[in-house]
Amino acid sequence: MEAELNQAVSLGTTIMAAAYDGGVVLGADSRTSTGNYVANRVTDKLTPLTDKVYVCRSGSAADTQNLAAYVQLYLHQHQMELGGDVSVRTAARLAQQIVYSNKAMLQAGLIVAGWDARDNGSVYGVPLGGTLLKVPFTIGGSGSAYIYGFCDKNWKPGMSEADCHAFVVKAVSHAMARDGSSGGCIRTIVINKDGVKRHFLPNNEILAAYGELQPPLPASIAVGGGGAAEMSP
Amino acid sequence: MLPVPTSHSPALGPGCAGPSLAYASASTRSDIAPPSAQQPCCGSEPFMVDPSAAAGLGLRRHTDTPYVTGTSVLGITYKDGVMLAADTLGSYGSTKRYKSFERLAKVNDATVLGAGGELSDFQYIQTLLDELATEDYCADDGMQLTPREVYAYLSRVLYNRRNKFDPLWNSLVVGGLEGGVPFLGTVGMIGVHYTDKHIATGFGQMLARPLFRERHRPDMSEEEATELLHDALRVCYYRDKQTTNKFQIAKVTAEGVSVSEAFALETQWGYQAFVNPAANALGTW
Repeated sequence: MEAELNQAVSLGTTIMAAAYDGGVVLGADSRTSTGNYVANRVTDKLTPLTDKVYVCRSGSAADTQNLAAYVQLYLHQHQMELGGDVSVRTAARLAQQIVYSNKAMLQAGLIVAGWDARDNGSVYGVPLGGTLLKVPFTIGGSGSAYIYGFCDKNWKPGMSEADCHAFVVKAVSHAMARDGSSGGCIRTIVINKDGVKRHFLPNNEILAAYGELQPPLPASIAVGGGGAAEMSP
Repeated sequence: MLPVPTSHSPALGPGCAGPSLAYASASTRSDIAPPSAQQPCCGSEPFMVDPSAAAGLGLRRHTDTPYVTGTSVLGITYKDGVMLAADTLGSYGSTKRYKSFERLAKVNDATVLGAGGELSDFQYIQTLLDELATEDYCADDGMQLTPREVYAYLSRVLYNRRNKFDPLWNSLVVGGLEGGVPFLGTVGMIGVHYTDKHIATGFGQMLARPLFRERHRPDMSEEEATELLHDALRVCYYRDKQTTNKFQIAKVTAEGVSVSEAFALETQWGYQAFVNPAANALGTW
């Protein structure tokens, strides 16, 4: 009937965002890979567009970094004219316009999420192709394929901030457990009316999944290398 | 400053963003000397309307492959008007990714548009129609686009984009009341368009059309029409991989346009032959 659709493009990453009662939680892994080599094991894929709107980036690192920079620039100008906070909807639509207009040349799967006074916490998905969808939560990147079932089962509307944060961390960790293109640490951001809080969960503190071993934690390292930093006058 | 519509280009035709006038812009050909005091050109230097096309890089490549797609859209006329039906799934390859995507959109009080194919292009088409509706609103004469006008416009847009090798990857169904008479038309991504008493796109062409041909009558009541649509949707759900059991029906009557809430259909799985298909034939499927 129709031409065989291309299977999902591998977008070496796991990203997600979920809205809870009062804000949003964004989460991502920290692996950037070039082929089989891990180019960056502590990447930050959660990029600010404005004070209270962030974007989760998946796809080509170059495309998404530059796209985020453009959106930051235009939103900054818009904010100066507006004299107030930019709405999440505006930020998402701007990102979508850029993705859609340059469809053939960009490989960018984005999740725009944040808080504004009008809509509280909102999450917008901008997948490949440049569709714009407002959703209660969404997942993206190659690792997301492994957690559709988990998220369908465990997502509840109207969660508390702590529950939503735990949900995001658990989902991303399950994706990282099975996707070779996702790994490293779990970065999360909570955005609500009080502001933005960043969390960092290092790899050795993530609960080991089935079939894995929990690695020993490093002994605490004293500042200065254990007395070796005395400097002679 | 008048707002410039970003999605129509009088120079390039409907559905394209581009220059607003067919003005002469300098050619990139280097073998032709530019006009100078010693050798003024008398207005005969080559020009082009769309410089980006001449660059030869194919800068206008847009939708090579669809990413997030919708499947069939069904439409039938009946005694009081027109009904369109579609499921609410946005597929991402074979992943059933977005399960609450509304593929039926109200255009105005007499027209409804349904789309399958690339959903970002459908959102773009909705923007084009919004621009037309805004122009009508500003004219403030109470006139709005009729379904046939929407259908004709969309056929020009899709055909124009096809000619530029930059298609809007959609199968569209336009339904409404045209002067009190039910109207139903379809436009494909290459510009093929036709009107009929019942329409189906995508898998629906194979699955729903035979049902329509057998049971459709233009003077059907609303109950008969709804039942026919439900049966056709059910078959599409059974036999199309990229569907969910979550549908919407859009109705256009003299009272106006209404898009229903999403609903699920009853399905039949309890036949004894289904429960144990290998009962009398070991190894069968």
